[in-house]
Amino acid sequence: MASVVVRNGLVVGPESATVADVLVVDGVIAAVGENLDAPGGSRVVDATGCWVGPGLVDLHTHLREPGRESAETIESGSRAAAVGGFTAVVAMPNTEPAIDNVALATYVLDQGSRALVDVAVAGAITQGRRGERLAPMAELAALGVRLFTDDGAGVQDAAVMRRALSYARPLGVRLAQHCEDANLAADGSMNEGALSSQLGLIGRPAVAEEIMVARDLDLVRLTGAPLHFLHLSTGRSLSMVGAARDEGLPVTAEVAPHHFTLDESSCSTFDAHFKVNPPLRTRADVAAVRASLVNGLADAVATDHAPHAAELKDLPFDEAPAGMLGLEHAASLTHEALGATPGDPIRFFALLSRNPARIASLRHEDRRARHSGHGGAVVAGEDANLVVFDPHEKWEASWDRLQSLATNSPYHGRELTGRVRCTIVRGAVVVDEGALA
Amino acid sequence: MIESIRGRSLLSLHDVSRDALVEVLDTAESFVEVHQRTVKKVPALKGRVVASLFFEESTRTRLSFETAAKRLSADVLSLAVASSSVKKGESLRDTIATIDALGLDAVVLRHRSSGAAEQVSRFVPHVRVINAGDGLHQHPTQGLLDAFTIRQVLAERRGVASSDTGATLFDGLHVLIVGDILHSRVARSDVDAYVALGARVRVAAPGTLLPIDIETWPVEVVSDFDEALEWADVIGLLRLQNERGTGSFVPSLSEYTTTFGLTAARARRLRPEALIMHPGPINRGVELDSIVADLPAAIIERQVSNGVPIRMAVLYLTVAGANREVA
Repeated sequence: MASVVVRNGLVVGPESATVADVLVVDGVIAAVGENLDAPGGSRVVDATGCWVGPGLVDLHTHLREPGRESAETIESGSRAAAVGGFTAVVAMPNTEPAIDNVALATYVLDQGSRALVDVAVAGAITQGRRGERLAPMAELAALGVRLFTDDGAGVQDAAVMRRALSYARPLGVRLAQHCEDANLAADGSMNEGALSSQLGLIGRPAVAEEIMVARDLDLVRLTGAPLHFLHLSTGRSLSMVGAARDEGLPVTAEVAPHHFTLDESSCSTFDAHFKVNPPLRTRADVAAVRASLVNGLADAVATDHAPHAAELKDLPFDEAPAGMLGLEHAASLTHEALGATPGDPIRFFALLSRNPARIASLRHEDRRARHSGHGGAVVAGEDANLVVFDPHEKWEASWDRLQSLATNSPYHGRELTGRVRCTIVRGAVVVDEGALA
Repeated sequence: MIESIRGRSLLSLHDVSRDALVEVLDTAESFVEVHQRTVKKVPALKGRVVASLFFEESTRTRLSFETAAKRLSADVLSLAVASSSVKKGESLRDTIATIDALGLDAVVLRHRSSGAAEQVSRFVPHVRVINAGDGLHQHPTQGLLDAFTIRQVLAERRGVASSDTGATLFDGLHVLIVGDILHSRVARSDVDAYVALGARVRVAAPGTLLPIDIETWPVEVVSDFDEALEWADVIGLLRLQNERGTGSFVPSLSEYTTTFGLTAARARRLRPEALIMHPGPINRGVELDSIVADLPAAIIERQVSNGVPIRMAVLYLTVAGANREVA
């Protein structure tokens, strides 16, 4: 395999960052240092002024295949991921049918093996995501599945959730919960509050999320099994999880870019591009979610990339499906949200690569996992899954530039600062100069 | 603040100014006279095309809009589809595009989804959209005709011409709105209109049927319904919307009637000059006793007949726009 040398970037490690070259040979980082000699014919990536770090890892991607290939496929979603700087994504199991058995998981893994980036699979916690009987987690774990979730909905029955945690613990896999009490959130299409009332839209109250966070923390305390909280959207949810983490409970939390960039007022024109579950919250919640990136309450940023066919987002607000695209803008939005915090490149890669790779077992430590080599340090011997991010480039998000098949991004026309320049997956440059290579 | 609805869509009464409301009421007053003519028509919208799209059941609103458009000599395209756009298989956007291809000046839209009218106004920005009720959001022409009816009755009692009174008859007027505020687009439009015109508004409802943000509304929540009856100059009852599952918000219809229905016994506590209103259709025996509904104080039929001049005024102002001459 040809070699690649990434010149003169700020190489971001777990604790420090230094300007250096990174030499990649045969899919592995061969050397990191100043003025490295590269073999003749090496591809040169000029990273002057850019951050060089481990490729980004998305814990929360809806690839829609099988079942809704008109919105996204594994292939198109992986292109969007690559352009967004991701070298690995975790495909959510709420496909049609749901990924609750070995055959379906194998199908997605096989399709994923031909994709531009690594595609890991999350399995369903319960059969058909119906929240009743456990899915075959042991069989799926043997296949390398490390994360299980009924995402799209939470496991409503506390007894079923307790059983799932108890079953998962000895398997060494992690459950992930979409926290929303279905009865409290029923029929709601935006955050419950003065604005939903004025607009005549039924609300999904913050407490619908918080009540399940509180319940599940108690179940983790009871079972000792690790649990990952998906897309937390309120300040209170994050505080509760933070306090539990301080107590020593094995819990982790992710936040989604839309929850730290957009508030409920975006819904005031009834544009369904701003409909998502959990919903866009109050300005205070947006500030709390944004603060969680810096104060450590959030372990990871995850996109909740949720493609939907354009005609569905033209439906009336209450009829339109919930969800928005995320892969292609997450890095820029996270960078903006971290702002001028000293050391933010380290935090940036912790949130978007190191922590999510650890949560999804995509590092080297787990030898039985299907995928590995993500979220590590940028040092010789590591797999060359890398991203070059230019923190200075200004660009405009646009529907017609998306790699996703769907166009339901809420950021059309938004000025962004910071852009993925180059994505390297196991030594192959798949994105260069911000475009697919 | 919207200072006049001339030449623009009417989606909501939120942020519509007192002057803009009075302009509609005064314009409607000039159209009342048309009703008394042998030939009940004016050529104000001759050659204009108005589409009436009702995606939700409606009798009085649809008939009164279509009658209003015809009295203004507009051509009316009428489409009644009592199902959601999803069930029908054609999207709202495609339905609108199809009808727009026939050349439209205005769309009158009723839809079960809040915000549908605003969405349609984005799909066809060159067409004036008149919201004839969207979900739980707004029903602006109902708010206007309710205000129009109150002003008309009060002016008659004082022997003055309604159109000479501006908003003065609303100054300090006590309006009590009773019932399912939470699910009511009528309540939202009524409160917007009454408050902008200068009335004092109180609301009475079971705790489950009050919006969670009611403290931010420019109204007072009454704790004692019976006491509030004596305070009211106007009592507006809302329909308990069983078809929207509202029944599960109260233990039973009979308990609702006992606690918040305008029964004959309660009606006796009203001041003799108080007006009783209801947007219809009435659940007789639930929110309003049959006997009370037929009292002279109940001006419910007047609300219905005033639907036509108000909707003529709205169509005329939004469609004819800058032209200030009433034909």
